Amino acid sequence: MKITLHVWRQAGPKAAGKLETYTLGHVSPDMSFLEMFDVLNEELVEAGKEPVAFSHDCREGICGSCAMMINGAAHGPMKGTATCQLHMRSFKDGDEIWVEPWRARAFPILKDLVVDRSALDRIIQAGGYISANTGGARDANEILIPKPDADSAMDAAACIGCGACVAACPNASASLFTAAKISHLGHLPQGQPERFRRVLTMVEQMDIEGFGHCTLYGECQEACPKLISIDTISRMNRDYLKATLTKRPEPTVEYAG
Amino acid sequence: MQLVRNFWQSQIGKKVVMAVTGLILVGFVVGHMVGNLQVFQSAAKLNAYGYFLKHTVGGALWAVRGVLLASVILHVVAAVQLTRQKQAARPSGQGYQKYEPQISTFASRTIRWGGFLLLAFIVFHILHFTTLTIYPDYSPTDVYNNVVKGFQIPWVTAFYVLAMGALALHLFHGAWSSLRTLGLSRPAARPTARPIVTALAGLVALGFAVVPLAVFFGAVQPAAPEQGIPAEALEASALQQSAGAPAGASTTAPTSTLAGH
Repeated sequence: MKITLHVWRQAGPKAAGKLETYTLGHVSPDMSFLEMFDVLNEELVEAGKEPVAFSHDCREGICGSCAMMINGAAHGPMKGTATCQLHMRSFKDGDEIWVEPWRARAFPILKDLVVDRSALDRIIQAGGYISANTGGARDANEILIPKPDADSAMDAAACIGCGACVAACPNASASLFTAAKISHLGHLPQGQPERFRRVLTMVEQMDIEGFGHCTLYGECQEACPKLISIDTISRMNRDYLKATLTKRPEPTVEYAG
Repeated sequence: MQLVRNFWQSQIGKKVVMAVTGLILVGFVVGHMVGNLQVFQSAAKLNAYGYFLKHTVGGALWAVRGVLLASVILHVVAAVQLTRQKQAARPSGQGYQKYEPQISTFASRTIRWGGFLLLAFIVFHILHFTTLTIYPDYSPTDVYNNVVKGFQIPWVTAFYVLAMGALALHLFHGAWSSLRTLGLSRPAARPTARPIVTALAGLVALGFAVVPLAVFFGAVQPAAPEQGIPAEALEASALQQSAGAPAGASTTAPTSTLAGH
């Protein structure tokens, strides 16, 4: 297969970037999209040029590193897969492919296709956890969880934090990511004690990071490699409303020593 | 107060304000549309309805108008602020060279411009039929003949029908997303399906648009003036008209002796 690539090249965070065109003559349909980039980079290195920087790690769709906007769609044309699981058989001989990084003010470009997604980490730090005293491991089935709740929690927990929802959203909103994390814990008994504090702090952090609002376009759900539903966003909003209306001042307790 | 401020500062809070005010306005347009359809019953029926709203409902009408005006203002202010924030979230200089919408609807992508069109329409519509500023020769009581006169003008009919198209699109996305924003929708296998809202948007827009179209194509004809209005009310309004408004403002022009009182 002959493939023409238009790839975003940007030397550093402050540098001006532009699309560069490369032609690959012998692309196998069995290659993954990232393997095609490996071939491209080998050719670039052999020619003494700077290889394209792109982030990748597990290459099996669970780490959420591979972030590429392919032909204007986050993670490319295959539904429910990350870029690493996209294979060249999804394209035709002679195709032109545009590859760009995720674009959002909250995701500054580090180099070429690599963006800094620590904004998502800071949203998690703001409340995407449960507090538990450490000690001996408890019995696995000590806390009973109804099957539907466990399933709903697992659907949301499938989020790999790749940022495709932000990339695909015309508003660059991180609502699907934040909502998935809130739903994941909110469906489980272990998530209940901090449920309403969590939604307030995570939503606040989402705003602080400079993501846009949710217009319910639905683009995030379509781009999500884990097919997380925008139903989670409704749940986040519902919890946010409840939390706002029932909020009490936090007790300030001072301990001696 | 702190609660209100925090709520308004968050983007979800602003969206909730937009959703609640939007649903208030959806309720209003449904009622307004159904009221309008009385034009097909008789001139007397429509005029009596207008008289009922203005005089029998009376002070409560101003309360309703106040709520509607506040809703429109909050809806627009929140929309403008959220749009600015979203523009900052992906500045235009840093956007994609190539972007392909996957499942977002035309209605959702045009909701902001459609909203501005509707705002312009609302202002025009109030100046046209409520304050009668655009055509001062309309009668303040003869709603029926005002409607007929209004929609005999091609561009007015065209503008009204265009605005109702924008209303259909606005409701198709807005009414559906309002319920989701408020977290009222139930989890669904296909969360983007919205049969009830689609029917609502279509019916409301059709119910509104059929009136100008019926007048324009002659299905609704002019009637004898001032049907359905109590005689004493006509006299009172004539008195007011001649005292305040320029000469010839009313079709039931009072005598000049009355104006002197």
